[in-house]
Amino acid sequence: MGILDPISLIADWLEGLFMGWGWPAGLVNLVMTFLGVFLVANFGMLYVIFLIWLERKLAARMQDRIGPNRVGPYGLFQTIADILKLFTKEDTTPDGADKVIFNLAPILAVVSVLMIWAVVPFAEGWIGTDLNVGVLYIVAVGSFGIVATLIAGWSSNNKFALLGAFRTVAQLVSYEVPMVLSLLVPVLLARNMGLGSIVEAQSSWYSIFFFMAPIAALIFFISSIAEVGRTPFDLLEAESEIVAGFHIEYSGAKFAMIFAAEFLHAFTISVLTITLFFGGWQGWGDQFPLVGWAWFMTKAMLAYFTVAWVRTTLPRIRIDHMLDYNWKFLTPLALAVLVVTALLDRLIIDGFGTDNTPWRPAILFAANLLIGWVTVVLLRRRAAQRPPRQVVGAPRPVARPPQPEAEPEAAGD
Amino acid sequence: MLDNWLFVGLMIGVAIVFPVGPIVLAHLIGPRRPNRIKSETYECGIETVGETWVQFKVQYYIYALVFLIFDIEAVFLFPWAVAFDQLALYAVLEGILFIIILFGGLVYAWNRGILEWA
Amino acid sequence: MTPIQVLFILTSLSLLVSAFMVVTTRNLVRAALWLISSLFMVAVVFVLLDAGFLAVVQVVVYIGAIAILFIFAVMLTRKVMQDTGPQSNSQWWVAGLFSLLLFGGLSWIILGWGGAAQTVPRVTAGDLDNISDLGRALVDPAGYVVPFEVASVLLLAALIGAIVVAWDRN
Repeated sequence: MGILDPISLIADWLEGLFMGWGWPAGLVNLVMTFLGVFLVANFGMLYVIFLIWLERKLAARMQDRIGPNRVGPYGLFQTIADILKLFTKEDTTPDGADKVIFNLAPILAVVSVLMIWAVVPFAEGWIGTDLNVGVLYIVAVGSFGIVATLIAGWSSNNKFALLGAFRTVAQLVSYEVPMVLSLLVPVLLARNMGLGSIVEAQSSWYSIFFFMAPIAALIFFISSIAEVGRTPFDLLEAESEIVAGFHIEYSGAKFAMIFAAEFLHAFTISVLTITLFFGGWQGWGDQFPLVGWAWFMTKAMLAYFTVAWVRTTLPRIRIDHMLDYNWKFLTPLALAVLVVTALLDRLIIDGFGTDNTPWRPAILFAANLLIGWVTVVLLRRRAAQRPPRQVVGAPRPVARPPQPEAEPEAAGD
Repeated sequence: MLDNWLFVGLMIGVAIVFPVGPIVLAHLIGPRRPNRIKSETYECGIETVGETWVQFKVQYYIYALVFLIFDIEAVFLFPWAVAFDQLALYAVLEGILFIIILFGGLVYAWNRGILEWA
Repeated sequence: MTPIQVLFILTSLSLLVSAFMVVTTRNLVRAALWLISSLFMVAVVFVLLDAGFLAVVQVVVYIGAIAILFIFAVMLTRKVMQDTGPQSNSQWWVAGLFSLLLFGGLSWIILGWGGAAQTVPRVTAGDLDNISDLGRALVDPAGYVVPFEVASVLLLAALIGAIVVAWDRN
C-alpha cells in the first residue's frame, strides 16, 4: 500500500533524514516546502515540452498531415530542438524600448501561469498548498498575466505591438467577467473556495459539478480559452492580421518564455476545468494517491485534447463579434445561471434536509437545461428579427480549367 | 495558515528563477552582433512612420471600467457563496438582489450602446 | 527577531521604496508599475496578518482592475514616453512644510495610542470560518446587509456615471 503514495514515502524519509542530522524543525519545514515547490514548478515547465509536441501532432492529424516526425521517434524531440534553436538566437532589444520593462514582461507572464500550479490538487493529499481562498487566488494570479501583456506591448516601442496589447488586454479583461462569475458556481455548490475541498465535494459520480451546473462549466471553459488567447479567440496573435500582436519584437529565449507560458496556460485551464467541474482526481480506487493522480492526468489530457480540437476546428472570430459574444451573451447567461443555482440549491436543501441526495444534481441539471432552452428560444427570436442576408452579386459560373485543344501532333506520335 | 502562504511565497521565488535562467543563458550564449537594421522597430518591413503612438480608443477604457464594476461585484459575492450553508432563504434573496441590481447596470450599458466595439 | 518580523520589515521597506518611486519617477508608465509593486507589497502585509482573503482581493481588484485602468488612463495622454519638465514648482517648500506637519501629527497620534507596541493576536483555529463568517455578516439583517445592498447601488451609480462622462457620442 505504501508504494501507491510515493510522495509521502519520500517526504517522510527525507524528513527523518533531516531531523537525524539535527536540523531545527523550522528549517526542515522550509526545506521540505522548497522541495515541494521545486517539484510542482518542474512538473509544469517540463510537461510543457511534451504538450507542445502533442499539440503539433494533434493539429497535424486533424489537418490530415503528419506533423513532426524527424527528430527522434515520432518527432518527440522536436520541441527540444526548437528550444535549443530559440536559446541560441541573438538577444535583441528594439530601438527606444524600455529595457527593464521589455525584459520583465516575459518573466511576469511565466510567473503568473506557474503560480496557479501551487493550488492544483493532483491527488488526495498531493496538493502544493490547499489555500482556503484557492479560487480567488487563481483569478488574482491571472491578473499578473494581463499586466505582463500590457507592458510587453507598450515597452516594445512598436505601433503594432501597442495596438495588439490594447486589444489583447480588452479581450482578456472582458472575458474575465464571465470566468469569475462562473467560478462562483462551484464555490456556491461546494461552500468552499479551496480547490481541495471543491474536489472532495464531488465524491460520487452523480455529484460532479458538471451535472449540477453544465452551463457554468461551459461558460468557464469558453471564457478560459479566450483568456489564454487561443483560437477561436486568437485574433491578437493572427499573423495575417496584426502581425503577431503584442509580442512582435520578442525573439529568442524571451519569445520562448511567452510561448511556453501560453501553452502552459492552456493546459492549466484544462486542469482547472476538470478540477472544478469534473471531480479532479476522483475516480475508482482514488484512495490510493497514485491512482488518483492517474485519473487526474487522464481527465486533464481529455480536456486538453478538447482545447486542441476546438483550436484546429473553429475559425477565428472578429473582435467585435468576440466582445459582443462576451458582454451580451456570456455575462448575462452566467448571471442567470448563478441566480437560478443559488435559489434552487437553497430550496432543495431546505426541502430535502440534506445536500447529499441524488435529487440535487437532477433538479439542478433540469434547471440548466431549461435555461439553455430559453436561451436558444431567445436567440432564435432575435435572429428572426434580423433582416435576411442579401445576395449582392449575380451568380457567376464556377471557374473551369481550359478545354484541351485538339492536338494533331499528339495523335500522330 | 501562514504555512500555506509560505509555499506561495517560495513558489514566487522559484517561478521567477525559471524564466530568468533561460533568458540569462540565452543572453550569454547567443551571438552578439548588434546592427542598426536589426534593432529597428518592425513595421511590415518598411521604415517606421511617425511617433510610436496609436489613437487610444476610449472603448478600451470603457471595457476596463465595466470589468472593474463586475469584478468588485464578484468579490462581494464570494463570501456570500462560501457562507451559503448557513444562510436562510431571505439571505440568499438578498444576494440575488445584489446581482439583479448590477444586472440592471449591464442592461443599461447595453441599451446605451456602450458595449459596441465600433 | 522572528522570521515573520524580518519578513514584515523587508515588505514594509519595499512598500515604502515603491511608494517613493511612484511619485518621483519621471516616466508615467514606470510610475504605474511601481504602484503595482506597492499594491502587491500591501497584499503581502495582509498575508502576514493572516488575512488571506483580503490579500487576494487586494490583488484581484487593485492590481487586476484598478492598476490596468491607471495604465490605460496614462496611455490616453500622448506624452507617455518621456516626461521632461521640472518635477516640482516654486512652492515646493510650502508643500514640504505641510507634509512634515502632517507626518509629525500622525506619528504623535500613533505613538500615543500604545497599541503599536502590542503583538497582533494570532488567528489560530477556525481560520477557514473567517470567510463564511464574513459572508454571513454581509447578509445578516443585524449585520451589514444595508451597506451590502447600498454598495451594489453605489457600484451601479459608478457605472452609470462613468458611462455618462466617458461616452460623448450619443
